[in-house]
Amino acid sequence: MEVTNHYDAIVLGGGPAGLTAGIYLSRAKLRTLIVNEGTIGGQMILTHEIANYPGVESISGYQLANIMKKQAKSFGCDFRNNASPVTLELEGEVKSITLSDGSAYTASSIILTPGGRPRTLGVAGEDDFKGRGISYCATCDGDFFTNKEIVVVGGGNSALEEAVSLTKYASKVTIVHQFDHFQAFEHAIEEARRHPNIEFMMESVITAFKGSENLESVDIKNLKTGETVHFKTDGVFIFIGYLPNTEFIKGHVELNKWGEIVAGNDMSTNIPGVFAAGDSIAKRFRQVTTAVGDGTVAALAASAWLNEMRVKQKNLVDAG
Amino acid sequence: MLYTNLKHLESAAEHAKILSENENVMVICGRMGPMCIPVYGIAEDLEDTYTHVKFCDMEFDNPESHVIRNLPEVRNFMGIPFTIYYKNGKVVKATSSIQSRQQVTAILDKEFGVPVNA
Repeated sequence: MEVTNHYDAIVLGGGPAGLTAGIYLSRAKLRTLIVNEGTIGGQMILTHEIANYPGVESISGYQLANIMKKQAKSFGCDFRNNASPVTLELEGEVKSITLSDGSAYTASSIILTPGGRPRTLGVAGEDDFKGRGISYCATCDGDFFTNKEIVVVGGGNSALEEAVSLTKYASKVTIVHQFDHFQAFEHAIEEARRHPNIEFMMESVITAFKGSENLESVDIKNLKTGETVHFKTDGVFIFIGYLPNTEFIKGHVELNKWGEIVAGNDMSTNIPGVFAAGDSIAKRFRQVTTAVGDGTVAALAASAWLNEMRVKQKNLVDAG
Repeated sequence: MLYTNLKHLESAAEHAKILSENENVMVICGRMGPMCIPVYGIAEDLEDTYTHVKFCDMEFDNPESHVIRNLPEVRNFMGIPFTIYYKNGKVVKATSSIQSRQQVTAILDKEFGVPVNA
């Protein structure tokens, strides 16, 4: 492997956790690289308005991400955008990664902040009808479905709240959910249940999307009876949660059964010198503020670990 | 307002001017929402590599964006952003809703050619 550069720390992921880690590490004069696969800011950029970030009355996620990036850069943090790790060697004192563009780096510590992404159904036809009847954003595409009959898939807060919001446009909303109960807060469930234009198909899943140029119908299977119905619809909105972007570290770092990184209170993983932070770690609450807090702790823990390693090496040298 | 780092097209006249002055043009017509922002971000990142392509955005709710919204190629679109690829002023490809970097670069490479320094 061609090694082109060595860093004190490499941060894999450029969301709020990764950017915060980058700010802290580079400000501590540690040579730091942030590797980011998508748009800088992660899921944060998808938030139109952040009104609960302490100290900032109101800001868009896009703007906040750009400020964080600017801060990190101002302290000397390097960035590699639109690159993803292809190979990883995390064990040992020197970690190494090769990126999708062929470049290779080594580091004394790694902070994993890969974040998450919206979960898709993975059903036949889903990609073909994206933007032609299938949507993942009510505020973006709701007005295309004015006076139309649509389906909302999911049973969490997002699904129920967006279903109610979509009744501003759609004449009828049918919520399809795989379980016999919802996972949302009670007030969200009640609001959806009380709405005259919302119907429910519980214990059911979509098994196929059908149409010619645009989506025209879906096949819905009742999981209890096994019966499949052909359901005419103009659109389907999918709100079924998020998946951690941890496929690339499977087999390297301990993950739980949901694919989330298992990290300690100091954000350390099961591998010495490898830390994790943000939405991809196993935890209950996922907010920009919690990601920023995680990123801070991970950066400080990585700094402490790097210092310990330096002291150990010095002692070994001194001991001859 | 679209607060991206792309060239903003504010009027139909500006849209026509860009098409007349550039052989290869990509226009992303959307809002500052979760389906659109990733596509703006991809375009921003590709600008330095695809120097033979002019990357622009246009606000979906700007009445002047009728030049995009009324294109025959988008008549079945039901998701923003509407991303239009023009070669010599003619639409060669149009996509609806969020796209991945791989999807965008595949279209750019096919319709406008792979960048020399790629």
